Amino acid sequence: MTASSPGTTPSSPRTSAPVPLPMPKFATAARSALADTRSRRNLRGAAAALREREAAAAAEPADWDDLREAGRAIKDDTLLNLDTHLAELERAVTEAGGVVHWAADAAEARRVVTGLVRAAGAAEVVKAASATTREIGLNDALARMGVTVRETAVADMIVQLGEDTPSHLLSPAAHRDRAEIGELFGRAVPAAGPDPAADPEALAAAARLHLRDRFLRAPVAVTGANFLVAESGTVVLLESEGNGRMSLTIPETLITVAGIDKVVPAWDDMEVFLQLLPRSSTGDRMTPYVSSWTGVTPGDGPRAFHLVLLDNGRTKALADETGRTALRCIRCSACLNVCPVYERTGGTPYGPVHPGPIGAVLTPLMRGVESAANASLPYASTLCGACADVCPVLIDIPDVLVHLRGKVVESRRRRPVPTPEMALMRGLAWTMGDPRRYEAALRRGTRWARLLSRGGRIRRLPGLLGKWTEARDLPAPPAESFRAWWDRTRT
Amino acid sequence: MRVALSVACFDDALFPDTGKAAAVLLERLGHEVVFPPRQTCCGQIHWTAGYHREAAGLARSYAAAFEGCEVVVAPSASCAATVRDAYPKIARTARDPGLARAAEGLAVHELSEFLVDVLGVTDVGACFPHRVTYHPSCQSLRVLGVGDRPLRLLRAVKGLDLVELPAADECCGFGGAFAMKNADVSVAMVADKVRHVRDTGADVVCAVDDACLAHIGGALSRLRGGVRTMHLAEILAETGPS
Repeated sequence: MTASSPGTTPSSPRTSAPVPLPMPKFATAARSALADTRSRRNLRGAAAALREREAAAAAEPADWDDLREAGRAIKDDTLLNLDTHLAELERAVTEAGGVVHWAADAAEARRVVTGLVRAAGAAEVVKAASATTREIGLNDALARMGVTVRETAVADMIVQLGEDTPSHLLSPAAHRDRAEIGELFGRAVPAAGPDPAADPEALAAAARLHLRDRFLRAPVAVTGANFLVAESGTVVLLESEGNGRMSLTIPETLITVAGIDKVVPAWDDMEVFLQLLPRSSTGDRMTPYVSSWTGVTPGDGPRAFHLVLLDNGRTKALADETGRTALRCIRCSACLNVCPVYERTGGTPYGPVHPGPIGAVLTPLMRGVESAANASLPYASTLCGACADVCPVLIDIPDVLVHLRGKVVESRRRRPVPTPEMALMRGLAWTMGDPRRYEAALRRGTRWARLLSRGGRIRRLPGLLGKWTEARDLPAPPAESFRAWWDRTRT
Repeated sequence: MRVALSVACFDDALFPDTGKAAAVLLERLGHEVVFPPRQTCCGQIHWTAGYHREAAGLARSYAAAFEGCEVVVAPSASCAATVRDAYPKIARTARDPGLARAAEGLAVHELSEFLVDVLGVTDVGACFPHRVTYHPSCQSLRVLGVGDRPLRLLRAVKGLDLVELPAADECCGFGGAFAMKNADVSVAMVADKVRHVRDTGADVVCAVDDACLAHIGGALSRLRGGVRTMHLAEILAETGPS
């Protein structure tokens, strides 16, 4: 891989990220999220509506399962030969007049982009929807160097106006309702008029007017990408509003930040993904705006095009034989919309970048399981499997979750003093490992549990099991176990 | 047919009636039931919680306990799912080809699969004159794919009034360690499940997994919900007032 191209400036203290506050564990963050009545109502509605649309859209093509299998196969083959495809992509983008930059981590990607913005002399940039720029913390880095960032995807704009955190992969403002959005617009968007919430069309019109002006002014646009076609060096972006396309056409400098997992070998592969992604993400047959661009075209669109290819933990995930299947993800968010956990907690407890079931695997795969917050993510699931049922590229999310739980436990085994859970689980395995030990423990446990019960119910348990009895009873075990009954009646 | 009964450790201690009902039912249908005494736990708890080394040890013991059994029936979808779906993974993780081979040799059927697919019966001669709703547990639905087999068995029970559970496919929030590690979300999920169960007006909520029933039943009991939980085997073993 080549080094970063011109435009990269050395690290400056102003653009380095501040030390972030440690993320709380999922369960801790979920507790406050569960208490947010309004957000829960809004998310429940949004998830149910999307779920229904997506189910209908997936039921329509007769070859849906073949498409999913094709999507899986293309992604798996690409990931196994990622180096070749990326080198081909770089060659094709460069030949088409673009510049490719490689970023090993978020800090390097920030340095590249802030350097390009500084070189362009821009005081303002427009941004199209992009989870990857969120991943690298680009907005804050640009703000620290005095550049105003304008989110142009309406959902991102709402999150930005509300100084909020995104709750959904694809609809970051899914937790907001019309009244709240009207209130935000009333305060921050002059074109919105006195009572913008009354009329959704008026809200959209206000956003349009507000954004039109930004597009005409900004010299630099930053976008993400859905797919990078290696053979032609083409970037493909899907969006519903047209604001992304505006970002691609008006500003003079276009910077696209994309993870290295976004590459597909050939333009023909889009046949598969342009069916899978719209139907799984919004339940549409086709996304309203599908834009594609290849380098620069003299006299048309941006005069300079930069593609920043980001690793930031993706090769770490790729090195994990089970975990690498998660890199097939095309960020459709179908798994979020069917997840009973996500529907109740929203995106925030999963951390700032990847929410929902796919986030619960991608974040620990890319960031490791050393921090308590990342180690808690693989456990933020009941393994109900609803996500795997809808995944358009057949990622077996529960399987990856269990695999990651194994990694969490292995990393905890090295501690000199075992956690109470570790001691309990080891003891349990030792007891279960021998029928005589098991029977003795069964008899002893039954006696103790019966002592703890009243009226046939256990209402409070000590220690780790106390979490169960916080809100649920447990039946008192009958005096005679199954095997005791069997021995008494059958032998 | 000679049937080896696999009883979940959880059921052995807390819900022995499930195993008893399965034995009584299979005997009533004319089969010989044996209980291999060396069985303890299939290893599911350890596998899903991330204790994969311990799970491998338990899987080896389980495979040894049922070695040579031609047919194994488990009135627990999640145990059957563990043996069929997880054992190959456990063996791969532990790099234990012997365990992989042993797992392949285990013919474990979930009870409703055994009745419908192997024995070819849906009417088992049961009588249970009550209003019942059925919760399809996630492991039975999505890992084993039992489909409507339990419902077909319930529909054939004399006197039974089967009422559809709203949002039936949604998880009850148990999820093993999840119920403790993420107790708040787990409770938020079971609260909705309990609401749907109550909405049906059923006297009994039925499933093919006692762990889910312990969760739903535990919440119903705390709320004094007045709805009983019963494993499918218990209903199918009922022959009504004699």
